[in-house]
Amino acid sequence: MSVLSGTPPVSSDSSIATDPSNDEVIIGLEIHCQLDTSTKLFCGCSTDYRDDGPNTHVCPICLGLPGTLPKVNKKAVEYALKVAKALNCEILEESEFARKNYFYPDLNKGYQITQYDRPLAVRGYLDIEGEDGEKRVRITRVHMEEDPGRLVHKGGTDRPKYTLVDYNRAGIPLIEIVTEPDLRSPKEARRFLNKLRATLEYLGVYDSEKEGSLRVDANISIQPRGWFEREGKGKADRGRAEVKNISSYKGVEKALTFEITRQKNAIRRGQKLESATRHFVETRGVTTASRSKEMEQDYRYFPEPDLRPLRVRSWSDKIVLPELPDARKVRFIREYGFSPTHAATVTGDWRVAEFYDNLPKDLAVSAATATWIADTLLGELNYRDMSISDVPHGHFIELITLIRKDTITDKSGVEVLRSLLDQLKEAGSCEKPSECVKRLNLAKTGGEGLEPVISEVLAEQPQAVSDYASGKSEAFNFLIGQVMKKTRGRVDPTELNRVMRETLDSRGP
Amino acid sequence: MASQVCRFDPEDNYNAFLKTVGKAPYEGTGKLAGIPVAVKDNISTKGITTTCGSKILGGYVPPFDAFVVELLKKEGAAIVGKTNMDEFGMGTTTENSAFGPTLNPCDTGRVPGGSSGGSAAAIAAGMVPMALGTDTGGSIRCPSAFCGIVGLKPTYGRVSRYGLIAYANSLEQIGPMAGNVTDVSTLMGVLCACDSRDSTTYDRPYCHTPDINVRGTRIGVPEEFFGKGVDPKVASVVWDGISLLERLGAEIVTCRMPSMSSALAAYYVTCTSEASSNLARFDGVRYGPTSDTKKQWHESFQDHRRELFGKEVRRRIMLGTFALSSGYYGKYYAKAQAARQNVKADFDRLFRQVDVIAGPTMPTIAFKLGEKSDPLSMYLSDILTVPANLAGVPAISVPCGRVDDMPVGLQIMGRHFEDEKVVDVAYAFEQGVSA
Repeated sequence: MSVLSGTPPVSSDSSIATDPSNDEVIIGLEIHCQLDTSTKLFCGCSTDYRDDGPNTHVCPICLGLPGTLPKVNKKAVEYALKVAKALNCEILEESEFARKNYFYPDLNKGYQITQYDRPLAVRGYLDIEGEDGEKRVRITRVHMEEDPGRLVHKGGTDRPKYTLVDYNRAGIPLIEIVTEPDLRSPKEARRFLNKLRATLEYLGVYDSEKEGSLRVDANISIQPRGWFEREGKGKADRGRAEVKNISSYKGVEKALTFEITRQKNAIRRGQKLESATRHFVETRGVTTASRSKEMEQDYRYFPEPDLRPLRVRSWSDKIVLPELPDARKVRFIREYGFSPTHAATVTGDWRVAEFYDNLPKDLAVSAATATWIADTLLGELNYRDMSISDVPHGHFIELITLIRKDTITDKSGVEVLRSLLDQLKEAGSCEKPSECVKRLNLAKTGGEGLEPVISEVLAEQPQAVSDYASGKSEAFNFLIGQVMKKTRGRVDPTELNRVMRETLDSRGP
Repeated sequence: MASQVCRFDPEDNYNAFLKTVGKAPYEGTGKLAGIPVAVKDNISTKGITTTCGSKILGGYVPPFDAFVVELLKKEGAAIVGKTNMDEFGMGTTTENSAFGPTLNPCDTGRVPGGSSGGSAAAIAAGMVPMALGTDTGGSIRCPSAFCGIVGLKPTYGRVSRYGLIAYANSLEQIGPMAGNVTDVSTLMGVLCACDSRDSTTYDRPYCHTPDINVRGTRIGVPEEFFGKGVDPKVASVVWDGISLLERLGAEIVTCRMPSMSSALAAYYVTCTSEASSNLARFDGVRYGPTSDTKKQWHESFQDHRRELFGKEVRRRIMLGTFALSSGYYGKYYAKAQAARQNVKADFDRLFRQVDVIAGPTMPTIAFKLGEKSDPLSMYLSDILTVPANLAGVPAISVPCGRVDDMPVGLQIMGRHFEDEKVVDVAYAFEQGVSA
């Protein structure tokens, strides 16, 4: 029957399909990032509207007034080319803008200027740390587009009384990056996004800390293992979901994890999964079905007649890229003696890497400093949901120096750091580390100051003293602990050990 | 700065104007100092309502001037009013204006042509010496021919479209209209200036004085311009005109333009497709009459557009929306672009053999009011003008005798950026006729 068609009989597949252990997750991403230019994509309006009222960063062009024409922001094209190059893409000899036509109150012209069948760049890749070692994620395409405005619903989100439109965002330049369905888990998706974010920030074209700077649509399906390699893209065996509107890095992992559970449950129950568009509800961490009719739009794309095609390949050849995360990782290992793990952590975030590179050379080469940043500082920041850009560079250098000069112990250093970060989080500023040390009385106590404390402890703990005398070594550690407690950790452990041993031994059995 | 005032008599017997400025200010001593100039109502004028002949832009006052209006003002022109037009330029008669038709000053029972009918009528009636029109598929040349004046559609990309309310971006140009070739040429010199805001323009200024000498100029006359649908009386008058150019020393070469057979279809698919997108912005949210905000947004958009767009505009939006729909794009829009390439190729081929191409501007004299009630027969009358828009080449219409006491236009088309050449041939003809 189907001998000539070359496709395997369906029945053999369905036997595999019933065994969930043989399934695998297939994920492809569509990422929209805001290009960090100072002006909009097609007019001269400033993109920095953060502290300003609605509709204050607008002009006839980005309001879409009749008779206005778009003019391409050269800087935005340069930024987009940098991204395309960094993602190892092929820049098209001639690309063009196109109109995506649809009606919506936040859409100033009744169409969005984007790119369609002739995007800026195609066929690239980005290497990431995958679940099973290094992994190459293929990039389908990279293109530019403008953001629409923003709707502000007033009087409750469920049933708003009325809606206002703010066009400050209209015309903000975005770059859209589409991957092949090469990702196999939410964790890999998250790693890909982290690497992408780092790459874009290294390029200086993106600011991940700006509001609305990231939007992800994720395509996800669960297929019998090996199905994708056999059948290829676009032949969904089981239906796939397109989860729209994920707007944070953490959200992507959450949305995908939820979707996997949902799809797995459906498969287990023998339900048929239809290909569908779903909406991620960040606050609840779930995806909900979108009304399919609403999403199935015919955008009637056609080339934007108001702009000439872009011929930018030769320009892109001249663009020199800065050092990217992988190269910096290698350099940090070589130059500062980083362990590969620490190097990956520190260079995986452009701000952290810059922070480190700006430390004085003698501090930077120390393994202790690397540990301090990669583990202690990032851990404490993460705990407080803060960014390294909140940390005053000078203060940190001072703190590290205090530890290195033995003015305070490592443990006290952590205490100081915590106090400073808490102050920063609450008040936006903090005292100097040396002031903090003084206030908390954390300065390391030398050998001479130790003796009274030791005598005090020995007097209080006669049992432990005699235990030590009878050869029980745990008693020694107990006594050390007592001293640490009394001094709140500000004594040098080595010095304390020496003096304690001397004192005890001089007493004799 | 010292500003002077041009007094303008607003008496308008032909409904040529949608808005007049009784005391029009002007400044300086430029090339157009104190000259009253009328501007078609789809060109933005700061502080003066600009409606495109549509209710959907009723009361809309642009906060900026179109680049060409800035240029006019810089040369001292007095903007005395906004002229009537087919709604958004969609028509060949100016009967599609939401504010009533313009009448032809040569015979008030007839249309002035369109869509720049108001500008042509204002000039023909002697209200203004010159005006701006726009030409998407013949909208400058058709009314020029019907009203017996001169009108030039410049090379695509020579005049900035910034501030022109778009109908079909890839086809349309703003151009000069006047009572004679010299004035058209003067106005063209003002309009051609580099504008960084329009990415489709080229920096090709026009600094030219019309040259009467056509000796040795090779004039191609395509058979198709005298084919089916062209009134034999019009054809005869235009042939007489071409013969006059031959007597003045030009060489006449008959030729063929096979792409003409698909030009009209290519034109209507392209312009309606672009229009369906261009006109999407008129949703009542930002300007013009406001829509009902009590309804759901999509209902409100629908009602607003249904109520305020005229019949022909709605027809073209629907045609264009259909042509761009997935599944039909390849059949219509993509095919139209291929046909457009054929037209360009035909022009390129002919322009290797001849310097200009000549023929009638319109296949007939001006229609009677209401005569073209069937849209298809109206579309067919654009057959001789659309090729120049599809190819982007310059084309001028210059008066060339009369048929049934109504003016007939001779059309002269030239190579890209050789607007000067078509002006010269038109000038030689105009001077030859009056000699």
